[in-house]
Amino acid sequence: MSWTNLPRAAWPTHHKSARTDPPGIPRLAGAAVSVRTLAVVSAVVLASCSAPSPNSAAPASGSPVSTATPNGAGEKITVYSGQHEQTAKLLVDAFTKATGITVNLRSADEASLANQILQEGAASPADVFYSENPPALEAVRENHLLAQVDPTTLAAVPAADSSPQGQWVGVSARAAALAFNTNQTTDAALPASVLDMASPGWVDKFGYAPTETDFQPVVTAIARLKGADTATRWLAEVKAHGKPYPDNETLVAAVNTGEVATGILDHYYWYRLAREVGPAHTTSALHYFGPGDAGSLVDVSGAAVLASSKHASAAQKFLAFLVNKDGQNIIATSDSFEYPLGSGVVTAQPLRPFNQLRPPALTVEDLGDGKASLAMLQQAGML
Amino acid sequence: MTPIPRRRTRPRPALILLGALTAALVALPLVFVMAEATSGGLGRAGFLLARPKVVELLGNTARLVIAVTVLSVFLGTVTAWLTECTDLPGAPLWRVLLVLPVAIPEFVSGYAWVSFTSTVRGFGGAVLISTMSLYPLVYLPVVAMLRRRDPTQDDVARSLGLTDAQVIRRVVIPTLRPAMLAGALIVSLHLLGEYGAFSIVRYPTFATEIVTEYDIGFDPAAAGMLSMVLVVLCSTILAAESRAAGATTYARIGAGAARPSAPARLGRALPLTLASLTGLAALALGVPVATLGYWLLNGGSTTLPPASIWSATSTTLLLSLAAAGASTLCALPVALLAVRYRTRLTLLLERGAYTARALPGAVVALALVFFALRYAPPLYQSIPLLITSYVVLFLPLALTAIRAVLVQIPARLAEIGEGLGVGRGQVLIRITLPLLAPGLGAGAALVFLATATELTSTLLLRPTGLETLATQFWVYLTGLAYGAAAPYAALMIAVSAGPTYFLTRWQPSTATAAAPFTTPERAAPAGLVGAS
Repeated sequence: MSWTNLPRAAWPTHHKSARTDPPGIPRLAGAAVSVRTLAVVSAVVLASCSAPSPNSAAPASGSPVSTATPNGAGEKITVYSGQHEQTAKLLVDAFTKATGITVNLRSADEASLANQILQEGAASPADVFYSENPPALEAVRENHLLAQVDPTTLAAVPAADSSPQGQWVGVSARAAALAFNTNQTTDAALPASVLDMASPGWVDKFGYAPTETDFQPVVTAIARLKGADTATRWLAEVKAHGKPYPDNETLVAAVNTGEVATGILDHYYWYRLAREVGPAHTTSALHYFGPGDAGSLVDVSGAAVLASSKHASAAQKFLAFLVNKDGQNIIATSDSFEYPLGSGVVTAQPLRPFNQLRPPALTVEDLGDGKASLAMLQQAGML
Repeated sequence: MTPIPRRRTRPRPALILLGALTAALVALPLVFVMAEATSGGLGRAGFLLARPKVVELLGNTARLVIAVTVLSVFLGTVTAWLTECTDLPGAPLWRVLLVLPVAIPEFVSGYAWVSFTSTVRGFGGAVLISTMSLYPLVYLPVVAMLRRRDPTQDDVARSLGLTDAQVIRRVVIPTLRPAMLAGALIVSLHLLGEYGAFSIVRYPTFATEIVTEYDIGFDPAAAGMLSMVLVVLCSTILAAESRAAGATTYARIGAGAARPSAPARLGRALPLTLASLTGLAALALGVPVATLGYWLLNGGSTTLPPASIWSATSTTLLLSLAAAGASTLCALPVALLAVRYRTRLTLLLERGAYTARALPGAVVALALVFFALRYAPPLYQSIPLLITSYVVLFLPLALTAIRAVLVQIPARLAEIGEGLGVGRGQVLIRITLPLLAPGLGAGAALVFLATATELTSTLLLRPTGLETLATQFWVYLTGLAYGAAAPYAALMIAVSAGPTYFLTRWQPSTATAAAPFTTPERAAPAGLVGAS
């Protein structure tokens, strides 16, 4: 039973047990305030969260959408989202409008959420995990915490963009690219392969964010395409010549200000920054590596239903919504600047058209959970 | 000088029980870390611990802790002396400006610095950003101590032929030592566990490594093993502080009230002093505030903030108040036990309460996820659990503030009260608590400030749908919508302004606080008594 379903009467006792309020010591003025505020805060939250939950046990996962409750009004699911919050909110609102199912949206860093789900195990209050990158989903899947996604949902996107085991569905895509400062270099002067960024010509001019979940897949791609030795050597050279950044947000801002000439990241970081600083302050652009290069990798964001979900049918409906025309259209027009993947929808943002991207021929399975590249990054002393 | 005799009476079982309960609560993350570390994956942990990187991380962490602690103690003590003991013009304003940096979360100041200049990186950047946000934690206890100390002993020392410099070295500094040590302890433990700021300036420490192991490796066993190293480092620091502080209590005994001191004249040093203080305020406050202002005016995503910004503000306020009250209540029995009934056991309880401070917030939060789901599932993702996590994280802040004042209240006062036939409970209410009020208030205010800007634990443990200013700021920042994020950071600072002002005001001087309670023993020598 999730905490949201608790009757109100159950609450006061929890206050006591959690606060370890020393009964022997008289209360101070401040403490009295805290007790009252505690009650107020709890009441506010309860009021917003304690809508009646359905008593009907949810059908087993994997059942087709059409056989689920036709009218979802009154149903409620909890979505753990590591995705762009503003876009996730738009999706959730549209979903509620279309189905009547209300959604508790819990946004946090995708890795934190994955770790949280791993700790929660079968007791997780989450029904859906919507992540930014496959490794977070794969880590949860490997611990047998995901259910099978409805086949009709999987069919809405290219099979190569979803979990090979059918346990999460690809929702949107992002392309690796090289952001460069337009005062320091030009598109034409940049190499066709990410491997060349480690050469001596780019000393102190190549920025990267080794702790980001976007950098690992590029390393994995190099290892898959050119062999582990090449990847190890490349990392050693990048470590020696490149400039590490804590995250892609900082990296793309540093490229724009000219602190570093180039930086490898996913395309949307640059678009989000350009939107924020405006054309007058945008002194950077994106360079795409050559066809089939590891640096031209296209990676997906996906969503999954948790095996422990008590509202599996509503959760499956949410996944179906993410990849249907309505959901994909929201992604196509939103400020997340990601590529929609399914139902024939193309992006409405001024991105390089999806069909003009030339990613290497690698599957989701090839990229795996990222543990191999993690070990490489650690051996190289980047982590 | 005469040492104050140690109390030999035994504490009430209720007090021991309360102290033990608090200690048990705070020890939960330790138990979790040990359970995780030994949950298999020892081979991988061995690989991780044997890497050359570990030596680098150890060196990095040690260098950083030493440099920032020394700098913070220096800055905190000097600025405290300037605002309390000299004729510095505008002292009340300086007090607020000097404390306000604690109200700026490190993920805000870190981001502000990095976007302001590319030179703030690595060791230098980490030292700069941490020192600028942590020195108030030394400033505050030192100010409290300076206000309570009796300046007559300086005159006595001078009359015995000591020069001004000798008075500072041999009389003032020793009486300030407990405050300086308490501040140093909080600063160094915070540095062990800090993640956000060091990740932003690219300075790898043990804490950043642990979070990476969670976030990219999804390997709790390895992260637990690495956390154990932090626990060992933390124990070393705690033991060192314990040795340095010793069993000293600092209380005025004897008749009479402390005479307010005549402020030292800055004279020709005034322009340089003002310039240095202005420089400090510009570094600690100016850069973050200017960066926020810039984004508010120039960000492409700047719009009128949604109406929900007010509910986020009131949620932040209420959570912070609740956390401040709960933490202070929990810290009180621990401090009473450790100071009034000092034994090996009570000291262990008190020291143990600090360990969680040295762990990254993510580890503490995951520990509570672990225990709540196993032993109190209905509490999971509830407000009481969220507040519990704040207590675990910030109890040391309340504890040091209460302790610092408690060591200055003569135990004899309580004994006299009991001698006159008043029960222990009444003694606590009528004598100890009123005298302790400044410490309780300071502790509560510090916890309030820390809670108002807390992010990691809030994201993990909040009820789904609950938004605070910090979580909303984070949402927009990670979306690169700086303009939309800025109002939330500005409100975080505004919400913190009240407690900050309070911190600078509500520390009554010795003359008003201690006078009614001075003991009637005429035989004892007047003045502050210190004994180790």
